[in-house]
Formats: sequence, C-alpha cells, structure tokens
Amino acid sequence: MVNLKINGREISVPEGYTVLQAAREAGIDIPTLCYLKDVSQTGSCRMCVVEIKGARALQAACVYPVAEGIEVFTHSTRVKKARKATLELILSTHDRKCLTCVRNRNCELQALSDELGVDNIEYEGVRNEYEIDDLSPSVVRDNNKCVLCRRCVSACKDVQTVAVIDTMERGFATKVGCAFDMPLSETACVNCGQCIAACPVGALKEKDSTDIVWEAIEDSDKYVIVQTAPAVRAALGEEFGYPIGTPVTGKMAAALKRLGFDKAFDTDTGADLTIMEEGTELLNRMQNGGKLPLITSCSPGWIKFCEHNFPDFLDNVSSCKSPHQMFGAILKSYYAKKEGIDPKKIFVVSVMPCVAKKFESARPEMENEGLRDVDAVITTRELARMIKEAGIKFTSLPDEDFDQPFKEASGAGVIFGATGGVMEAALRTVYEIVEKKPLEKVEFEAVRGTEGIKESSVMLGGKEVRVAIAHGLGNARKLLESIRNGEKNYEFIEIMACPGGCVTGGGQPICSSKTYMDVDVKAQRAKALYSEDERLAIRKSHENPDIKELYEKFLGEPGSHTAHELLHTHYTARSKF
Amino acid sequence: MEKKNKMPFKGTKEQEAQLRAVIAEHKDEKGAAIPVLHKAQDIYGYLPIEVQEIIAEGLGVPLAEIYGIVTFYTQFSLNPKGEYQIGVCLGTACYVKGSGDILQEIKDILKIDVGECTPDGKFSLDATRCVGACGLAPVVTINDDVYGRLTKGEIGGILAKY
Repeated sequence: MVNLKINGREISVPEGYTVLQAAREAGIDIPTLCYLKDVSQTGSCRMCVVEIKGARALQAACVYPVAEGIEVFTHSTRVKKARKATLELILSTHDRKCLTCVRNRNCELQALSDELGVDNIEYEGVRNEYEIDDLSPSVVRDNNKCVLCRRCVSACKDVQTVAVIDTMERGFATKVGCAFDMPLSETACVNCGQCIAACPVGALKEKDSTDIVWEAIEDSDKYVIVQTAPAVRAALGEEFGYPIGTPVTGKMAAALKRLGFDKAFDTDTGADLTIMEEGTELLNRMQNGGKLPLITSCSPGWIKFCEHNFPDFLDNVSSCKSPHQMFGAILKSYYAKKEGIDPKKIFVVSVMPCVAKKFESARPEMENEGLRDVDAVITTRELARMIKEAGIKFTSLPDEDFDQPFKEASGAGVIFGATGGVMEAALRTVYEIVEKKPLEKVEFEAVRGTEGIKESSVMLGGKEVRVAIAHGLGNARKLLESIRNGEKNYEFIEIMACPGGCVTGGGQPICSSKTYMDVDVKAQRAKALYSEDERLAIRKSHENPDIKELYEKFLGEPGSHTAHELLHTHYTARSKF
Repeated sequence: MEKKNKMPFKGTKEQEAQLRAVIAEHKDEKGAAIPVLHKAQDIYGYLPIEVQEIIAEGLGVPLAEIYGIVTFYTQFSLNPKGEYQIGVCLGTACYVKGSGDILQEIKDILKIDVGECTPDGKFSLDATRCVGACGLAPVVTINDDVYGRLTKGEIGGILAKY
C-alpha cells in the first residue's frame, strides 16, 4: 500500500493507482474529459490537473501514479483556475447547439461546464466548419462538436483494432477523421459504434431511423411488427432513471404496445432458432469433417471485421443469419401465412443494442423473394426517444407480456446478449441432442464473465469439444491470430464485436466516464440477463414450444432446404482498407 | 469531402520494388513510419493513397495513422509537384505587401488550392515561409525564377510564359 495526502487527509491505496483513482477512493471527484476507463488514458486534455507539493507544474491526475508521501491538492484556487481556463478554451471552439443535440443532458462537456461553474466564455475561438459525415448506415460523425479528446480513436484503434479513424492535420485544423477524408462508409469501419459509446459529446451518434418507424406505424396499410433483442431490456431502463442492471422487460413490452406497433415480439425466439440451426451446423461439421472451428455469426460488427481483416476465416463463420434477421424472415413467411397477412404489408422493426445491425439489415443478401427480412433497425437509445416523444410515462407502466405467439422464448435466448451467452445457449442444446439426456446443471459457468478471451471444453458423445469466447475485436484478433499461427485449436468459437457483448453494444444507453469508474457496466447489465434466464421455466432453445411447432409445421428439420433459404446467408471478402 | 488524388497514379514497378525494400529495411524499428515516408516521398515525389496503403500494409500501421502523420508534417505532400513549382511567399513583409491577394489570383487562374497540382501536371502551388528577399516583397518563385514587387495584374502574363 502507498500512503499519501489528498487535500490534507491521509489515505493509503494500492501501488499502481493513479492520483485520480486514489482521490475517487477518498470521495473526491476530479473532473476528466479525455480519460475513459479501459479505453483512453492519455493525460492530454488537462481537465484533471492537480497540484502536487514540490512539483513545478500542475499534473494530470489520470496518469500520475501515486507515490509514498506525496501531497496532492485537487481543488486549490490555482487548480480550479487552470481547469476553468482550459474548459473555456475548449468551449470557445465548440458548436454549442445543446438544445438540438442528441446528447443534451447526457453530455460530459455540459456536465463539466456545470460542475466548474462556467458562466461566461471569455474567448471567441476560431470555428472550423466541418461537413457532417452521415453516409454510413450506422454512424454519424459531426466534427463541429468534436472536442478532440480522442476517446473514439482509442476505442477504434486500441480496443477494437479496427483503426479507421485517427487525428489528422495540425494546430487549429486538427480533426478526427479517416484517411484521405474518406467517409466512414468507404473505409473498413465495421459499424460497431464503440466510438459513439466512447464520445463524451454529440460528435458521434447513430444514424437515426425513428422517422421511418413512425411513418410505418402511422401507415394504416402496413402491419408493423417490432422485435427486441435480449440486451435491450437490460439497459433501456437507464434512459428512464433506473439503476444500471435493472431488467425492464415487462415495461418495455407495455411501452411497445402503446407506441402503436401491431405486434411486439421477442428476438429471443430468433435466438432460439439460431441455436437450432447453428448447433446442427456444428454437429454436422464435426461429424462430416467440415471446416472447424465453427465461429458464431450473430454479431454484424464481427462479421464485417472478419470480411476485411480475416477473409481466410470466412469459411469458418457459421452460415446462420443473426437472430433478428432469421426472425424477420420467419415473420414474413411462416407467420404471415399462419395469420393470413399479406407479407408485402408486413414491416419489421428490430430494436437492437447495436448500430451495426443497421448495416446488416441493409445487406443485399438479407432478403427472400424480394422481401427484406427486416425493414428498419433502431437502437435502444432510439426506442427510448420514441417512448419519450410519445409521452409514455415509462416508470408508471405495468409489466406486460410480449404478444402471442412466440411468447415462450427460452432463457438461452435471453443470455445471447452477454459475452459467452451464445456459447452457453448452444452448449445447452447441443449437449442434450448428442447425449440424449438432460443436463444436470444448465449453467456453464466457465464461459461466463468479462475476461477478454475465455476457454473451456465440453465432452460431447465421447469427444472433447474445445471452445473459446472472445469479446471486443482486439481480443478476437488475438484469438484468430493464435489459431492462424497454429498455437491454438478449437472446435467452436463465439465472437462478439463489442467488449462485454451486446449489453454494452454501440446502440445502448451511453454511460459517462464517471459511471465507468464506479460501476462495471457490462457485468451489471449481464447480471440482469442471467437473472431473467434463472427465472424462466424454459431455459433451453430446443424446448421452446414455438420453435418445436415452427419446425414441425414449416421448416422440417434444422438445416433443411427451407431453413437454408430463409435462415442462412453468405459472406464477402472485403479490402483491408 | 474526399482528398483522394484527381491525378491518376503513375507509379512504376521499379518504384514499388524500391519502396518495398525500404519497408523491409525499417520494418522492425520503432517509429519506422516517418523515415519510410521520407524515402517514399523521395521515390515518388509525393504520397498518394496507393503509396500510403503499401506502407500501412508493409509496416502493419493503420492507414489512418499514416495519413495522420502525412498531414501533420508540412514536408510531406499528398500531391505531385508540377513541372513548374510555384512558391508564393507568405512571410510577414510579403504578406503586408499583398502576397495574399497574389496567391488568390494564382489559385483562381490555375483552379487549384495550395498544395495541389494542375491536372496536366504543369504547375503546382505552395505557400512558403519567408524566402529572404523582403526588399522585393511581394515575391513569387517559379522553379529558379524569382519575381519581385509583383502586382495582381502581372500574374496572368507571367504564368503564360511557361
């Protein structure tokens, strides 16, 4: 332990702590801007400066390591003046259109301005006018609002190793962008949206699709079906003041019905369907000498990453469409026929924790007989905005169920939203198919948790099946490289593009850097899903009665011709840049 | 919004082989990007996307980072140099004597911006720091020719000589 004094009070903290961490432990809140736990730690914005006795200049608390006997002053007059001047300079070139900004009231710059008591901006800075890049189906960049903290660059380059954005030019012209000023849509951007999650201000946001959803709802000719991904329920509540990790499934279902959708279904049914198809694919490949390891295909950010960076692994990726695409295809075929609805009139809206799903749903191959599987994708954040726009008092809503049919989705489908969840769901089903006996323990603890790469193995029919799970594309890259160079061998791999999996996807409610310092957001949201799984009577995809009926009456066997037509897809190698 | 070059890339196989040799030589060094970019500019005269992609791939450095370096340092150029390289001095003396207007006039006539080259490859335009000929302000250089005490009206005639 290291002993130091902060603002005159003695404190001891573990070695390796920064002054920022030590102060936080002592109950002192040092303002930060460029710092983001686990993502960015550069000490460049100077918001977190503190006075250290004996040091000549003010020091950045986020990178300054504690040392025995140091005396720190976090809120002296000198410090407060320096921070305020820095903030005023940042604000002087900022496009201060707060009222119409998507991050209004959830903006770290606004919060700093409030905390530091900025009541007048003395400097009138030179404003560069930047064209807004809104050509990507997923991510919109507005550099007029950028504060050059580089958190997005760290998220893209260091965490995800996608590295399509960086800082360019110098001096007043400095900006964040892509090589040769290309729009994001023309680069190897995978649309994961981790840059959006990292942005403290409104410089990055999702491409909004709420208008087309409202339009569809108001069109009396359209039969509008909404489906929600598992991870949405674990985070939507945060937009309405619930603590992180509060599942709001019942209230969400109630809100969807009040928004005017004709039917509200759970994508978990699609997840159960994915498990049937993907599990069968795994068994087939293992029995018939097919390409192994099989890698999951639910995460569209991962898919595009693979297409750009690991085209040699495309044959390893499962041919299964992702759950919401599968479910969309079923809604416009089986369900339409069953209910006697003209499939051309069905408009499927997916609520996803993900901005890459917007790109995925627009892929040309995601259709059947000229009908798009999914017509619009909105994020958890956009759903929250729609609920607010509609004047629905979310916190006062009763808990309601999703609509019939497809109400009985399994717990296996629910945990799809967390890293390791798809693997666990698949193992629950594959084990019982192969072993022809029920699992003694449904939970596969070894595949849970937030460690970057997890490994385990399961005995299936006397054969050892080695599995690995990677979340965050930096970890995926490491894992694939270890397979490429022959260090590692597996039969089955789950990859999710976002660190933590879908619960911390690029479309989820945005947490501030302060929140990340105090709460393990991905673990809390995952807990919400695992607790829902525990409460459910049906916890295995193959026991979902709607899925059984779907195969009996329509698809036949998993992997059948009809299943392939509707539920499977293919991939395209893309350029590295 | 895009800054990809309008001029077609005319790199030869020999140039590429030279560049690859340079990359191989520096590959495992820390901070290899800057020396490699310098040599690449010596080989090609400028650093278009085709060249930056080879460097990014070869060094295992993201293209966006390479481009970030190229746009940070003024000695790197994204555009080829013309047969005639025009330099307009924007040093203090020339500037107060109206070299800003002269620069604008050249941009208008040639329809290119600072740092660019005309599509026929004839002229490229740079804004320079003080060239040390303040007594002649405002000064424009075209290759080795120096034109001093210029007025806007003379520009068209001077360019026509080349």
